[in-house]
Amino acid sequence: MNTRELITLSFNAIWGNKMRSFLTTLGITIGVFAIIVLVSIGSGLQAYISSQISSLGPNIMDVIPGNNLMSAFGPGTQNKFTIPLAQKLSDRLAPIAQVAPLAEVLTNVKYKNVVDKNVYAIGSTYNFPKAVVYGKTIMGRWFSQGQEQSGSKVAVIGYTVYTKFFSNKNPIGEKIFVGNEKYTVVGVAEKNGASLGVDHDNVVYIPIEAVHSQFGVDRLMEIVVNTNSENNVPIVKKQINAILSKDLNPDEYSIQTGDSLSKTLSNITGMLSLALGGIAAISLLVGGIGVANIMLVSVTERTKEIGLRKALGAKRKDILSQFLLESVMLSMTGGIVGILLGMIASIIIAMILVSSVTFWSVALAFCFSVAVGIIFGMAPAIRASKLSPIDALRYE
Amino acid sequence: MKKNSIIKMVDIAKVYDGGEFHTQALKDIDLDVESGDFLAITGRSGSGKSTLMHIIGLLDTPSSGKYILNGTDVSKLDEDEQALQRNKEIGFVFQQFNLLPKLSALDNVILPSIYAGTASKERTEKADMLLTMLGLADHINKRPNQMSGGQQQRVAIARALMNDPELILADEPTGNLDTASGDDVMKTLKQLNKEGKTIVLITHEHDIALQARKILHLEDGRLIEK
Ligand SMILES: Nc1ncnc2c1ncn2[C@@H]1O[C@H](COP(=O)(O)OP(=O)(O)OP(=O)(O)O)[C@@H](O)[C@H]1O
Ligand SMILES: [Mg+2]
Repeated sequence: MNTRELITLSFNAIWGNKMRSFLTTLGITIGVFAIIVLVSIGSGLQAYISSQISSLGPNIMDVIPGNNLMSAFGPGTQNKFTIPLAQKLSDRLAPIAQVAPLAEVLTNVKYKNVVDKNVYAIGSTYNFPKAVVYGKTIMGRWFSQGQEQSGSKVAVIGYTVYTKFFSNKNPIGEKIFVGNEKYTVVGVAEKNGASLGVDHDNVVYIPIEAVHSQFGVDRLMEIVVNTNSENNVPIVKKQINAILSKDLNPDEYSIQTGDSLSKTLSNITGMLSLALGGIAAISLLVGGIGVANIMLVSVTERTKEIGLRKALGAKRKDILSQFLLESVMLSMTGGIVGILLGMIASIIIAMILVSSVTFWSVALAFCFSVAVGIIFGMAPAIRASKLSPIDALRYE
Repeated sequence: MKKNSIIKMVDIAKVYDGGEFHTQALKDIDLDVESGDFLAITGRSGSGKSTLMHIIGLLDTPSSGKYILNGTDVSKLDEDEQALQRNKEIGFVFQQFNLLPKLSALDNVILPSIYAGTASKERTEKADMLLTMLGLADHINKRPNQMSGGQQQRVAIARALMNDPELILADEPTGNLDTASGDDVMKTLKQLNKEGKTIVLITHEHDIALQARKILHLEDGRLIEK
């Protein structure tokens, strides 16, 4: 019996029992779907995090309020980071490191008749472009120390704000409203991208004093310190500790370097991926048991057919490969459908969250589903091939 | 000139041994069937006719004794070699037809040649020819449940002829048919015998047995010549 005949035979058996085949493959489909989606989310998260870390850069440190990374997301210790504290850090660390404080507030921006009510106004200093990786301007210039000290209402707009309000026009020198105050646009910041559904370019950068006086924000989100060279990171870290420990308790601030950050995060995502993989594996196992079950039923149901085929000259391996191929085809079909659905789902998820389909997860899922077919189809197929022709023929 | 034996059995016995029962289905069977013969085996129900046919057809193994089929001692063959012998040397016709319900008449007839490895075009032509020869040209693409019993049995005969076996084994081939269809089947078997096939026919109907050239009678597992 050649391969083409075997395939036709198995296909006919599957097709002849559409509902049952569908339900069997569904188990595999769900398992494979889970693998693809969960792995995509896991690796998307990992990619997102490493991109965030690389945007931090090897010679850049984040000094954040609270004692660890998590407190930046939830209620931790009380935030003791003030503008004067950042100023002090900036003065003491110059010239070896550049310091930029960051404070933000959600507000509305208006230009002519167009209003956007969901723009972050980020307060920082003239030092921002020197301290922050993405702090370059693609049009105009960043506001100067002079403008900042004289209390000028000047703004550098993010790329999204630029395209939304000005499309192709030159925005430099135009007046926009940030909150209730009129600002002059002096520059357009380079694209920073979007992550976790947040557009980092739908922002306006204004002097930090303005955030304080206009919006009443006096606490900082973080202080960015750029040492210009990776070699200086340890010294500067020591100096920051020396300066801050005079005013703050050790649990009221922490210093994140690219290194420490990636360690913490890869621990978290590693655990997460493991847990997700475990869930996916269990569902695939359940799918596999479903295949085994159906194949056993199929062998029992077709005992008479097996007997007849043997009587007509089918050898053991003919029967074995017939049933094995049938279970592999069932699982493989389930696998392919699962992969397609998983890829579609991952792409949709990528639009709102992070996720990225990886080649290896697709390959793994495919191999897994074929393996499930072989492993769980083996026992029923062997059982079928061992039936004696006459016992099988007499079976009712 | 003596023709060569196609079936030669010496002292064959078959015992079914279950937990509570012990049935001696066949004993002291000595059988010699010459090539080209037409043998009928009769006997009461339970006398061992089917058991004997299953052993002749290599579907079952004897408990003891020696069986030489077409010059080969088949008791020494392994499962796959027996499958090969069944495939090449023997055509079966069963009382219950035993056609696969999901296959067309044509595909049912083709089955044995698939396991013989015949090329696809060649076997389709052959199956087509056989079905036409047996008067089923209009039923080639029908499934078994779309045909009468007589037609189904003729499909089964076509299937038995597919690999050109020397030996045709028929266990009550007319048992499920009315007289007219039964006569048809018998005519076909006689014709095949004329063309050189060796035929072993099992039946409990006396007038059917009379159409064979030789009749053997089974009684409680023993062969008696009549
Ligand atoms: N698988 C089996 N296990 C146990 N006993 C069996 C088995 N098959 C047949 N027998 C017994 O062997 C004896 C012969 O059975 P067999 O089927 O050969 O009879 P038969 O002559 O074909 O009868 P019938 O004309 O009714 O078909 C019977 O007594 C039967 O009960
Ligand atoms: Mg019988």
